[in-house]
Amino acid sequence: MDISVSNPLLVMNKTENALPSNHNMRYILIGTSLLVLTVLTVWTSYFTVTVGVSIVIALIIATIKGSLVASFFMHLVSEKKLILIVLIITVVFFFALIFLPLSDTMDNVGNPDVY
Amino acid sequence: MKIPYTITERPDTGLTNPKFGIWLFLASEVMLFGSLFSSYIILRTGSPLSPNVLAWPIQSHELNVTIGAINTAVLIASSVSMVLSWAALKEHQLKRFKLYISLTILLAVLFLVLKIWLEYLPKIQHDHVLSTSTFFAMYYLMTGLHALHILGGVLVMAYFLGPGSKMWQSNPEQFTNRIEVTGLYWHFVDLVWIFLFPTLYLL
Repeated sequence: MDISVSNPLLVMNKTENALPSNHNMRYILIGTSLLVLTVLTVWTSYFTVTVGVSIVIALIIATIKGSLVASFFMHLVSEKKLILIVLIITVVFFFALIFLPLSDTMDNVGNPDVY
Repeated sequence: MKIPYTITERPDTGLTNPKFGIWLFLASEVMLFGSLFSSYIILRTGSPLSPNVLAWPIQSHELNVTIGAINTAVLIASSVSMVLSWAALKEHQLKRFKLYISLTILLAVLFLVLKIWLEYLPKIQHDHVLSTSTFFAMYYLMTGLHALHILGGVLVMAYFLGPGSKMWQSNPEQFTNRIEVTGLYWHFVDLVWIFLFPTLYLL
């Protein structure tokens, strides 16, 4: 039997990402966690001893925050495999972009005669 | 011309065209900002150590950490309101969508106001400009490019709050997908700031 649907709102079941249960509360909780982690980032920056330790701590917290945004706000936890493949390739090239030039300059850190 | 696969998924990718397109765009954006982060790291590690006059400054002494932290909170709040606006459309609540997208725009404008009035202008008044030092050149370049992305997002969201929202009456599913794609862009802008803030203000 062919059933025609006149109201366009009724055909909205085919979109790719379905809403998780208690979605609004989940999004607000993740937002709150991000705010707490921001306070933690600022707080730890005043207490760490060396620059190296500060960088590691700040980057770990930033990575946790970035993962929360990407996983839940950008729905990567439930996303198709093709997008994850695109992102993995991007991450590989991103790290190449960061570390290949750095590997050439790290031997001369702080040396004013090099440049 | 009608763009294909805006609502239904392409059989080969399993995705709608706009969603696959925005992810490819965001991948290119990762490389754009990645090149700036790479340049920043090389310039910083290559600068002479103190007490040389060309030594890299202590960044938390040069920039206003409090304003930077407040702006981080503002962007996080805008990301939450953005995702709530998309969720409202999934629940067929256009009024709630308009409320949340308006809030997102307001927070984005607040970010720009704080950035320009409380950070850029006082620094310019104290002659801390692009040519002052390598650090300030990188600071203005990276935060300026990020601010341009914020401005672009505001324009797109304002369009969907105003004239663009008419699509909800004729094609609600496509409109919802458009907001989802806009949201992906917006969360990416938030993501970039999450790394920019500690890099420029704290380390």
